[in-house]
Amino acid sequence: MSFASHYSYWVTVLLMVAGLYIVIARGNLIKKLVGLSIFQTSVYLLYIAPGKLIGGTAPIVSDLFKVYSNPLPHVLILTAIVVGIATIALGLAIVVRIREAYNSIEEDEILQADQGADRGAGA
Amino acid sequence: MAATVLAIILQRNLYSVVVLAGVYSFLMATVLVALDAVDVAMTEASVGAGISTVLLLGALHLCGGEEAKPIHRPWLPLAVSLAVVAALIYGTLGLPAFSDPQSAPHTHVVPRYLKQGPQETGVPNVVTAVLASYRGYDTLGETMVVFTAGIGVIALLRRVRRRKEPER
Amino acid sequence: MRREPVLRVVGKLLIPYTLLFALYVQFHGDFGPGGGFQAGVIAASAIIFYALIFGLPAARRLVPDAVVETMGALGALIYLGVGFAGLALGGNFLDYFVLDADPVAGQHRGIFWVEIGVLVTVAGVMLKIFYMFAGRGHGLDER
Repeated sequence: MSFASHYSYWVTVLLMVAGLYIVIARGNLIKKLVGLSIFQTSVYLLYIAPGKLIGGTAPIVSDLFKVYSNPLPHVLILTAIVVGIATIALGLAIVVRIREAYNSIEEDEILQADQGADRGAGA
Repeated sequence: MAATVLAIILQRNLYSVVVLAGVYSFLMATVLVALDAVDVAMTEASVGAGISTVLLLGALHLCGGEEAKPIHRPWLPLAVSLAVVAALIYGTLGLPAFSDPQSAPHTHVVPRYLKQGPQETGVPNVVTAVLASYRGYDTLGETMVVFTAGIGVIALLRRVRRRKEPER
Repeated sequence: MRREPVLRVVGKLLIPYTLLFALYVQFHGDFGPGGGFQAGVIAASAIIFYALIFGLPAARRLVPDAVVETMGALGALIYLGVGFAGLALGGNFLDYFVLDADPVAGQHRGIFWVEIGVLVTVAGVMLKIFYMFAGRGHGLDER
């Protein structure tokens, strides 16, 4: 195992953890959703990189080529991309509703508003 | 791409974060073309850099474009992230090497799809043949997911028009 | 943005070609990269481009809300219809080779209709989500 043979996995891991860091460390809800989409794209790389064969070509069968890259991860990731954008669209709709209810999209302010309302209701 | 992601983390103006996310998406599509995944690259470019950017800008217009200054020190999330990096790199050491024709993804069922796919379905693009014919159930589920997302957004964001007559 | 001449002219040049390109991507998905999802997103983005330049009410007149919502549901129904047609003609659910006398032609027919279903649903849903987000701030949303 050398550096070149696992380089693609390390790029994937770095992008994944960068996305994870944005989700857990930043309080703004829209930035969290952008971090989530970065996390998702790193997972696409994780699946497609092992399918590539050096010297192969795209998996469209023709008489000119003999070696093809693996088409099965492409199918899975096509589905994953569309499901990812469905998630982001629904997440953004919820963020818009939160903004209208709390007048803020920062996690800290929303939590404070909730705790203040709980204390006021319980007192 | 690492530079783009770093800029996304550090930037506080959300409009530039959205534009940087679109740039990141295009760079990812280029990398996917270099990895021979042409269908996936086209979908990632159109969906990630097109629709995703439009929806993020629409939401930003409704929500406001600045991120507040973080009040917590980021030491705990940074420590957690570094621990996750270490654990994942240790895990990837067991994965197959890059471009190994004998590894698990390239044996078993894929040579059958590549050899007999065009004959059985008459479609040279093996990705479309697998997506629409061999794994048609998954595509049915995916269409249902898209439809459900549309219904969800309609349910969350519609406003019921009140009858005007009682207010007169 | 309606009054900017550069945007209007470029929009009028680009939007028909984008719609044509979406149809090209859809029907050439068998021979090159493409297929239902990419074509649906490209078609939706052509109409979104029109809405960005000429305004949301103009786009709503062009493609009304009822049409968009029907498109979203219709594509899913087409997909299920192909599945049940396979069931009715003697095979299992979503079997394509029973749809025609020649199994390969049956596969062609099945794949064609399934991709049309995917195109219609994806384009309808993406456009409807854009309408909901864009119309929210100006009170232009209805229903």
